[in-house]
Amino acid sequence: MVTTPALEVRDLAYAYPDGRQVLYGVSLTMHAGERVALLGPNGAGKTTLVLHLNGILTAGHGSVTVAGLPVERQHLQEIRRRVGIVFQDPDDQLFMPTVAEDVGFGPTNLGLDREAVAERVSEALAAVGMSDHADRAPHHLSFGQRRRVAVATVLAMRPELLVLDEPTSNLDPASRRELADILETLSLPTLIVTHDLPYAWQLCPRSVLLDEGVIAADRPTAEMLTDEELLRAHRLELPYGFDPTVAPPASLQWASVRPRRT
Amino acid sequence: MTASGSDGLYRPGDSRIHRLPAHAKVLAVLVFVIAVVSTPGQVVAAFVAYAGLLATVTAASGVAVRFLARGLVVETPFVVFAALLPFIARGQQVDVLGLSLSHDGLVDAGTLLAKATLGVWTSMLLASTTRPQELVAGLQRLRLPGLLVETLSFMVRYLDVVTDDLRRMRIARESRAFSARGPRHWKVLATSAGALFVRSYERGERVHLAMLSRGYAGRLVLSADRAATRRDWFTAALLPACGVAIAVAARVGAS
Repeated sequence: MVTTPALEVRDLAYAYPDGRQVLYGVSLTMHAGERVALLGPNGAGKTTLVLHLNGILTAGHGSVTVAGLPVERQHLQEIRRRVGIVFQDPDDQLFMPTVAEDVGFGPTNLGLDREAVAERVSEALAAVGMSDHADRAPHHLSFGQRRRVAVATVLAMRPELLVLDEPTSNLDPASRRELADILETLSLPTLIVTHDLPYAWQLCPRSVLLDEGVIAADRPTAEMLTDEELLRAHRLELPYGFDPTVAPPASLQWASVRPRRT
Repeated sequence: MTASGSDGLYRPGDSRIHRLPAHAKVLAVLVFVIAVVSTPGQVVAAFVAYAGLLATVTAASGVAVRFLARGLVVETPFVVFAALLPFIARGQQVDVLGLSLSHDGLVDAGTLLAKATLGVWTSMLLASTTRPQELVAGLQRLRLPGLLVETLSFMVRYLDVVTDDLRRMRIARESRAFSARGPRHWKVLATSAGALFVRSYERGERVHLAMLSRGYAGRLVLSADRAATRRDWFTAALLPACGVAIAVAARVGAS
């Protein structure tokens, strides 16, 4: 039996209304339980691709299907439940007066009643280790905490695909590791858009390289990051001193479910 | 970005006044201020009584008097106007320290000052005992139109973020040896204001995207508010009830 892919993007092309074309036929398939890194230099079209996954932008050509459901106007609400996008700046994502209300925003939009929303909120906050901060105002949290709450806001919708846009930007090393620990406990198919190559190495067994609106490479992260020529051709670089042959790649960790370190 | 954040004029506390639901407080303040404003100016005793009431509430709230006094700064334009009144008003003149001043002008100035001070004092008491988000939820409970409530709610949430943007822009300007000293520098300040506007506008767009991504369909539900018990209403009604009684007595006495 063939299982339905968690995400299927086929021949996606898109030009902004001002005529600037960003995507030129992108195809990408993700399966259940897969964690994939979407790599690429600035301006490669990563964010544009992400905005297609939940129908904020509609494909000029080609199609996007999430767990069997095509991204089309008539079922946008269901698509937005299925695809949880965590945006780059948590201040954009967290706009309600308290953490709990913000995490409850999505479930409320889904039409759940008060008790069901409260249950989703406590479940999502527990998943990111922020249960003690439910009644705080978002602007009273540290940046790392705000990022974790931003993840909780989409987990509360029980998504079937998690998408993170530059999850490590502006995080200090401890917050960065805490976030990785959380992501590792989630068994959701996850697409991580990032420049942070060691992070991709740590979390994603598979990497997709997007450049100039096309998929330039799609292979195991371990292969991708050791191909210096490929990286250089697409303006990607490993940080000074990082040796991928020494650090254990994600594919080895992926097999076993590790207990959470906190 | 700093994580400090501020709660506006709110002073944390656990007094009876702090614990009252926001919408009850808003109504109480509104009625009390209307009572004060409608009191005839010549009944000085009424204003003394109002001040006495507010002093009692202030004591009960535990908010520092010095903090409340700082709020009186917003009154400055009224003070300036009031100070001019005795010079420009006509009618019977009286001599004060060798200056010929209008009697009516003096009375009007005194009334204006008294009413403005009492109004600001009352508002400061509300602001210092109620969190901004509770205030917004309270207004929602008072059936303020949804669009206004949402706008206020976003303002409360993003005031810190925008202030922070502004602060960083100022630091960046000053780090390049800029200091605003005169009209020559207004262009730079105007450009900064424009940049801040564009940034905030763009942030608004991003926030809207994030909201849409979580299924926003045009309705925001705030839940920070809580219902008022009968006891809450009774407590909240004490101040405006006394205020209205004084206002009525003053009118009857003046006529």
